[in-house]
Amino acid sequence: MAEHILLRHRDIPDIHELDVYLSNGGFDALKLVVQKKTPQDVIDIVRESGLRGRGGAGFPAGVKWGFLPQGVFPRYVVANADESEPGTFKDREIMERNPFQFLEGVAICSYAAQAKLAYIYCRGEFWDLAHELESHIAELRKEKLLGRKLFGKDFSLDIRVHLGAGAYICGEETALLESMEGKLGQPRLRPPFPAAEGLYGQPTVVNNVETLTNVPPIINRGANWYNSIGTKESTGPKVFSLSGNVERPGNYELPLGTTFRKLIFEHGGGIPNGRSIKAILPAGASAPILPATKKVLDTGMDYESLRKIGSDLGSGSVIVVDDSVNIAWLAQKITSFFKHESCGKCTPCREGTYWMSRIFENLENGKATSEDIDLLDSVAQSIVGKCLCALGDFAAAQVVSDIARFRSDFDARAKDGK
Amino acid sequence: MLADKHKSEIKAILKKYPAKEKRSAVMPLLFLAQREYGHITPAALVEVAELLELDPTEVGSLIGFYTLLHDEAAGKYRIQICTDLPCALRGAEELAKRLCANLGIRLGGTMTNGLITVEEVMCLAGCDKAPTLQVQDADGIHYHENQTLGSAMELIAELMEKGSDG
Ligand SMILES: Cc1cc2nc3c(=O)[nH]c(=O)nc-3n(C[C@H](O)[C@H](O)[C@H](O)COP(=O)(O)O)c2cc1C
Ligand code: SF4
Ligand code: FES
Repeated sequence: MAEHILLRHRDIPDIHELDVYLSNGGFDALKLVVQKKTPQDVIDIVRESGLRGRGGAGFPAGVKWGFLPQGVFPRYVVANADESEPGTFKDREIMERNPFQFLEGVAICSYAAQAKLAYIYCRGEFWDLAHELESHIAELRKEKLLGRKLFGKDFSLDIRVHLGAGAYICGEETALLESMEGKLGQPRLRPPFPAAEGLYGQPTVVNNVETLTNVPPIINRGANWYNSIGTKESTGPKVFSLSGNVERPGNYELPLGTTFRKLIFEHGGGIPNGRSIKAILPAGASAPILPATKKVLDTGMDYESLRKIGSDLGSGSVIVVDDSVNIAWLAQKITSFFKHESCGKCTPCREGTYWMSRIFENLENGKATSEDIDLLDSVAQSIVGKCLCALGDFAAAQVVSDIARFRSDFDARAKDGK
Repeated sequence: MLADKHKSEIKAILKKYPAKEKRSAVMPLLFLAQREYGHITPAALVEVAELLELDPTEVGSLIGFYTLLHDEAAGKYRIQICTDLPCALRGAEELAKRLCANLGIRLGGTMTNGLITVEEVMCLAGCDKAPTLQVQDADGIHYHENQTLGSAMELIAELMEKGSDG
């Protein structure tokens, strides 16, 4: 893609300055919707664009906004800037380098949701970034782009930043809301979904930073322009975070449906140190591993194509693994991540990740047999489908796929192994 | 007392949330307490609980849950080095090990001068510039990316100089 729609700072380096953003069409979209469109019009445009949530689940944004119950106020918008999935660093670049497009997206979403108050939930580690966002918001208040009666209409909005304090699970939207309410970040039972009962029990839209950053260009250029990018069901551009054993790690904005091969070899420059590619984690720790076969490399990175080959697009964080890596080591690292991050609310997730870690330690120390590998697999299988949130399933699916697709790496570490 | 010393900051924090939802201010206030005292002391915990009309044990449970909140003293500067998978694929585990060996501490340990603690953390969203670390101190949290043993040692030397001045 020649032009960047989301990482616009790559074309216009100073776009993080408000006057530069404004002179490049900034806040035209917000002005247009506030003066000329109803909230329902905005929801319809976003629905027609096909925009799907970029935080992992891929749920259509316009459909979600349409779930807000009639006549219940106040409503809130919460931007999910928790970005803690291993290998994901796209929201950070957007907020650091193109912050006003994100903030304009938050404002348009708030207009559509008829919310007067929006929060940005930033992971605690984004301390400096959160303070920068606060000063950008102060500029917007000063320029009357936030505040009372915007553009002479009956729409008022303020945006505030809330800092988390270090917990991956707070990226899960209901845990995030609990955390914002000053409680332990533990997921809620759903339904009710946040659209019906979210922050402080009120209707709430929760969207990922990248999702919201797509909204201003959709308003400016229209749903048809947007859904001509990408594939039929996965529309628009996506920022892929590329990391691991690759020559040029970084964020790459490409249409959904771009192949792994193109991302890893053309944009990422291939595998360094004369190594070859062994496996791909398409969504950080949270989707099954894929062996880097020709078929996989030629698969398009979109929601449907990845499901077809037994994985998921998630938040589009592609971790490349070269042939020096033993997948049992990788599985152990990911399991200890999930063990550390489990909120402890459900027994299968809390205990399962603990037991899997124990077996991995034995495997690492040469104390495990191939039967223990089968046991590992059955512990993982026993977690699936028994948890309150998706974290337990992510942890299980990772181990199950690692064993199923790279069994020989595990056997090589077993004491009776070949 | 936080309430006297940081009156205006506390007021600004409380103002961010609807008046009847002031509980939302608990984490920002705990961060404030931690910046003031280095870690969240039992007295500070009670103080925060009182400000928000919460039960201190409930506030205490938050500290155990969130990794950036600490109820135990450690070095003035916490060097938190990411050894999560993407960074590990680019040598972060080795870096953490060698850094600790150089400083003569174990991972999680604090130097005898009381200035530097080195801890291992999960992904910091800086994997493209791995290895990545952050420094948590009274000023907040700052990132340092593309680290080598040399650059990390230099950073620590700077922090030690800064830390022994004040
Ligand atoms: C364990 C777990 C962690 C998550 N972490 C994040 C995150 O860091 N950022 C994010 O935007 N969504 C994350 N999500 C997804 C959110 O629950 C939610 O689907 C998303 O914020 C909705 O926004 P979207 O529709 O715009 O993607 C996570 C989900 C789970 C189950
Ligand atoms: S699945 Fe794990 S992280 Fe999710 S609610 Fe249950 S214990 Fe918590
Ligand atoms: S894995 Fe270290 S910053 Fe992401």
